This record gives sequence, C-alpha cells and structure tokens, in this order.
Amino acid sequence: MLNKARRTRLAWIVALLLAVTATVYSVLRVFNDNLVLFYTATQLKESPPSAKRYRLGGMVEPGSLSRTDDGLSIRFRVTDQKTALTVTYTGITPDLFKEGKGVVAQGRLQEGVFVADEILAKHDENYMPPKLDR
Amino acid sequence: MIPELAQLALALALALALVTSGYGLWRIHRRAHTAEALSRSLAGSSVLVFGLVLAAFAALVTSFVRSDFSVLNVAENSNRLLPLPYKIAASWGSHEGSLLLWTLMLAGWTAAVGVLSGRLAAGFRARVLGILLLLQTAFLAFMLGSSNPFNRLLPAAVEGRDLNPLLQDPIMVSHPPLLYMGYVGFAVSFAFAVAALLEGRLDPTWARWSRPWANAAWSFLTVGILLGSWWAYTVLGWGGWWFWDPVENASLLPWLAGTALIHSLAVTDKRDALKSWTVLLAMITFALSLLGTFLVRSGVLTSVHAFAADPKRGILILALLVVVIGFSFALYAARTHRVGLGGAFSWRSRESMLLVNNVLMVAALSAVLLGTLYPLIIEVLTGNKMSVGPPYFDAVFAPLLLPAVWLMAIAPYSQWKSMPLASAGKALLGPLLAALLVTSTTIWQFGKPSLLLVLGLAAAVTLAYATLAQAREQLAKLGRAGAAPLMVRIRQLGFSYWGMVVAHLGIAVFVTGVTLVKTYEIERDLVMAPGQTETLGEWRLTFVGVDTVPGPNYQAGHGVFELTRGSGKTITLIEPEKRRFLASGQVITQAAIEAGFLGDVYVSLGEPINEGNRSVGPAQQAWSVRMYLKPFINWIWWGCVLMAGGGVLTLFDRRYRKLRPSAASAAPAQ
Repeated sequence: MLNKARRTRLAWIVALLLAVTATVYSVLRVFNDNLVLFYTATQLKESPPSAKRYRLGGMVEPGSLSRTDDGLSIRFRVTDQKTALTVTYTGITPDLFKEGKGVVAQGRLQEGVFVADEILAKHDENYMPPKLDR
Repeated sequence: MIPELAQLALALALALALVTSGYGLWRIHRRAHTAEALSRSLAGSSVLVFGLVLAAFAALVTSFVRSDFSVLNVAENSNRLLPLPYKIAASWGSHEGSLLLWTLMLAGWTAAVGVLSGRLAAGFRARVLGILLLLQTAFLAFMLGSSNPFNRLLPAAVEGRDLNPLLQDPIMVSHPPLLYMGYVGFAVSFAFAVAALLEGRLDPTWARWSRPWANAAWSFLTVGILLGSWWAYTVLGWGGWWFWDPVENASLLPWLAGTALIHSLAVTDKRDALKSWTVLLAMITFALSLLGTFLVRSGVLTSVHAFAADPKRGILILALLVVVIGFSFALYAARTHRVGLGGAFSWRSRESMLLVNNVLMVAALSAVLLGTLYPLIIEVLTGNKMSVGPPYFDAVFAPLLLPAVWLMAIAPYSQWKSMPLASAGKALLGPLLAALLVTSTTIWQFGKPSLLLVLGLAAAVTLAYATLAQAREQLAKLGRAGAAPLMVRIRQLGFSYWGMVVAHLGIAVFVTGVTLVKTYEIERDLVMAPGQTETLGEWRLTFVGVDTVPGPNYQAGHGVFELTRGSGKTITLIEPEKRRFLASGQVITQAAIEAGFLGDVYVSLGEPINEGNRSVGPAQQAWSVRMYLKPFINWIWWGCVLMAGGGVLTLFDRRYRKLRPSAASAAPAQ
C-alpha cells in the first residue's frame, strides 16, 4: 500500500516524465520536418525527392542568367558539370551570387524547373559552394 | 626582426606557463607546505606570461600597421590601401591572429585573477592559477605548433591580399575581441570549478568568488553576440538580425549555458545548494566556448572538405577540446560525491525556480546543439549534406524560453527555501492586468494577432512591470524602516540586486523587440527608376539615383533616396551603397538605416536592372531595391545592452569585495 505522500510524489514523477517525453518528442518532430537535404543537379534529375523543400547546389552556368520583364525575377542554370538544371527565383540576390560562381538554392522542383524561394549566401567566411570535383 | 622577437616572447611564455603550472599543480598535489609562496609565485608568473603575450600581440599589430608583407599572415589579410583601424582589426581577422587574440585574452584573465585573488586561500588560489596557466600552455603550444601568426613569407609579397571586405566595418572591429573576452572569461569559472573538485571541497565562498567573474564574462559575451547580430543587420544587406547560422549558434550555446551558470552560482552562493550542478555547468559553459572556437576557427563549418584540407589544425583543436572536456568530466565523475548536492529546499522556493530556469536553458541549449551539430556529424559519417532550417529553431526556441520569461517576472517576489504561493500570485495581479491591457491594445490597433504576439508581449510587459514594482516596494519598505534619503536606500539594496533588475528589464525590452519585429515587419523587394516613389506603411521613399563615389579602398555605387513620413515635410536622405573593393573585386552591400525609437526604415540596393540596355542612360537606370520596415528592432540591441549593463553592475557589489581569507574555510551561511 502506498501512503498519501508517496502517491503524490509518484504522480509528480509520472507527470514530469510525461512532460519531458512530450517535449522531446515534439522537438524531434519539428527537427525532422525541417531537415533540408542537399542535392546536386544530377541527383535531382535522376531521382526527384518527395520532400517539401530541399537545396540544390552547384555552379551558376556562365551566360545562363537572364531577367524577366518585371525586373525582379531571374532564371539561370545550375550545373554540376554533368547535368544542368533551370532555376527560377523572384527577389534580390545576394552579393556573392554571380555567373560562374557557386550557389545554393532552396526550394523544390516543379515540372522540371527548380523554383527557388531562397538563394543562399551566408557570411562568406563560413559559406563555400560545395566541391564540384566529386 | 619584430616578428622573430614576438616568436621568442611566445616561446618564453610557453616555457614559463608550462613550468610554473606543472610545478605548481604538482607541489600542491603533494601537499607541499609552501602553498602561500607557491600561490604568490604563480600569480607573478601569470602576470609575466600576460606581459609576454601582450608584447607578441603588439608586435603583430605593428606588423599589420607597417604593412610588413614579409609576414605571411599580414600578406594574406591586409593591404596598403586598407584604412588604419581595419589594419589593426586585420590582426585578428585570420585564424592565426584570432588564436593569438584568444591566448592574449586568456593570459589577461589569468593575470587579473592572479592580481585580484590575494584574499583566496593559498592552496585554492595556486590550483586556480595552475589550471589557467596549463590551459595557456596548451593554446600557446597549439599556436606555435600549427598556427604561428608570425611565419615569414620569403620573398616578401609586393602587395597584400586584403582583409575580407565584409569585415571592414566599425562594428566588426570590436566584435571579435568582446566575443573572445566572453568565451575566454568562462575559463575562470571553469578553473574555479576544477580547482574545487581537485580540493574535493566546495563551499559558498567558491561560488561567491566565481560569481563576479562569470557575470563579467557573460556581459562581454552578450555584447559580443549583440555586435555580431547588429553587424549582420547592417552589412549583409538582408535586414535580418539572426539567421540561426552555425557560427551564430556557436556563440549562443555558451551564452545559454553561461546564463544558467550565473543563476545557479547565485543559488550555490546564497544557499549552498545545487553544488554539483553548478560545477557541471561551469565545465559545460567553458566546453561550449571551446566548441564554439573549434566550430568557427577550424573551418569545419565551411565544409568538411576544408577541414580535410588542413586536417592538422582542426584535429589539434578537436584533440584539445576532447582532452579538456574529457579530463574535467572524468574528474567530475570521480569527485562529485565528495562535493555533495548541498542544502535541500522546497519546490515552492527561489531555488527551485532558478533550477527550472536552468532546466529550460539547458533544454534550449540541447535543441540548438542538436540543430547545429547533427548536420555536421551526418556529413562526416555518411557524406550526405543537409542543413536544419531556421523554422526548426524558431519553433523550438520560443516555447522553451518564453516560460523562463514568465518565471522571471515572479522571481523577485520569490523567497529562498520556501514561500507561500498566494503572496506571489497577488503581487502579479497588477502586472498581468497591465500585460492584458498592452497586448489587447496592440492587437486592436495594429492587428495580426498570433500566439507569439500574445505570449511574447504579455510576458515582456508582465516582467518589466513586476520587476519595477518589486524594486519600488523594496525601496518603500526600507523607507518605512529608516526613512533614509532615496540614494542611500538604493545603495542599501546592493549592486547585485540592481544588476538583476536592469538585466531582467533588458530581457523584457529584448522580448518586446523580437516579438514586435517578428509580427509587424514589412519586407518588400522593389524595382525603382529614378524619380519613382513607393509607399510602405506610412513611409514614402523616392529614388533619386545612383552615382559612383570613391571610398578609401573601394568604389561605391552610392544610392540616394528621399524618405518622408506620411504627408510630412521633413525629407531624410537615405544613402545605401554597393561597394566594390579594389584589392579583391568583391562587392558588399551597405544598407542605409533610418533608425528610430519605434522602428527602423531599412533600404539597401540590389542590382541595376537591364544594365546592358543601351536605350537607358545612366540617369534613368532602374535598380532593384529592398525596402523594409523593422518596428522596434532597436529594442533588441538596447535589450542586450541592458542585460550586459546589469551584469556589469553586479561587479560593484560590496559582497564580492568583503571576502576574507578566513572565510574561504569557515563557509559562513548567509
């Protein structure tokens, strides 16, 4: 038989454990939902992932960058030297975004075109395009 | 000649630190009778080592100022055209230079401990200094062995490669030193904790001694992070202030642990409770500082490939990290039973509230650590690249830390050991009503209700109101007792108390800023031709044009805009720039910010549109432009300043100065 004090304590411990479990579970779920995987153009062409958002990395193909009429939308091709993929983006690109330079775009494939909602250029100290020579 | 002398100084410092720390720790361990003399000579040695490292650092700065391109580090990170302040800042712009700065900071903190610790028990003092000198030995050896900032380049380069243009900014000059002061400052609480474990004795005096050091380090770290964030806001041209970038996370991790530590130290100091936990936190905080240094400086974050490009450095820092952490945690595991848990307390007490604060901080810390390290570990193990999106951090961080803000509101009303809940509840009635009023008025006026807005703003108002009301009540209580003049009563409450009040108000200001920016910011990317006017909120922005203006070491595309508020007649000129640096050809965006108490108008230049089109003259050239409204963003910076200011205030508390050597063994309960 449990006395009253012990029962209260047990209830507290169970409640605490439940709270911790629930917290850890929800944190891990959010974590899993926000894992953004990184692909090359070849990988995307061969097997398009089913995730909501992912990243495409490679080099902006020289001569492929063009602006559409509204002035803010751009279209360019990202290449990994084997395959090239067309990317569209609306907005202002970061300073480090140039033809012939590395780029990471975040978004998803829609009918063979990678529609980016974000072009990444972090502080250049810690941002480097992925190695293309693999 | 100067670089060689500097190397000599570093080598001497290394030898001195190695010999004195090794000898000192060994003698103390053998319980030699000379503890008093030993501690004095260790203090002398720490000052001497500081002098030597300082001389080396001065030599490096001299090489940079004189543009001595026969030094490899200078040739790679400076340039003749570089303005003087940035030449000096370039001294710590590289891996090697920043490591020297790190070591200098460590030597400085150690020397400060050496000079100011005269009242500590001799044996304890010798151990603390010995541990700090041992750490310096490791860093000096690492620097001389693999990252020597004074390596020569023969024949000398004609011109230097230039400092990374992103770092050529007034904020960036002061960001690394302050951040490092914070990182390294936690080495002191680490040394105190390890020394206490070595002695197998932890009393409140240990915690009281640690507190001002931890508070000082925490204040430096706060300002350091603030400057980094402010820099990202003004220079990167994105208008964001926090990106959950691994580099930023690396500085946030020790901050969270440090925040938990300074609160846990308070419990150990006042109540002699939570001892084991406090020791563990002191170790974790410093370990995370080392981890931060490792992540940022080893190049592991750039990509795993860069790590492989210079494996020696990365692996050496990692080895250092493993040795320090491994040793201290092994010691902790072996000795913690001797320390004991400390005094017991009820769950309705200030101790338990501070413990909950600690748990929340550590939970937030773990979540950030997971998001920062998991992609790295996966990449090392499988080669798959991935990243953790900012939505994860946003989703996890607020729910974990907002409860801490609510608890903070009750904190000053809480009592040590045990307290009645009813009185604390009654005291919160006013603040809660105020929070309800402010939050509902805000939503009624500006709309966009959300859970974040309601909980964030209400928490901030409750916290600010409750903290101020409690301070007023305290003053009134003293007034009734003795009716002394206000200034005297303020002093009677002590600097520690006021430091807490100011820092908590800082949190309230910070949370207000974050909540309102997140809720009400407006960001628009526009295409503007000269003469065109765009409206955003109550602001009207007219594009005048872009001309070319030479800077000291760059050519600036200098944009001119006219900003008016509503139908007002005052025109403010807004001048964002696109700077192309001559040495590297790199372009950076310098945003123009019209800062106000209630928010900023943020304008930055994108790109010229249809540049190749000949029919458009330069005078009609249209540009893409970012125009952002950032309500209350200044409150984020000022909140951080208040937090750091609160930390500094506590340093002047009389309690920390009234320590007698006898107190170190007598352990008075207070």
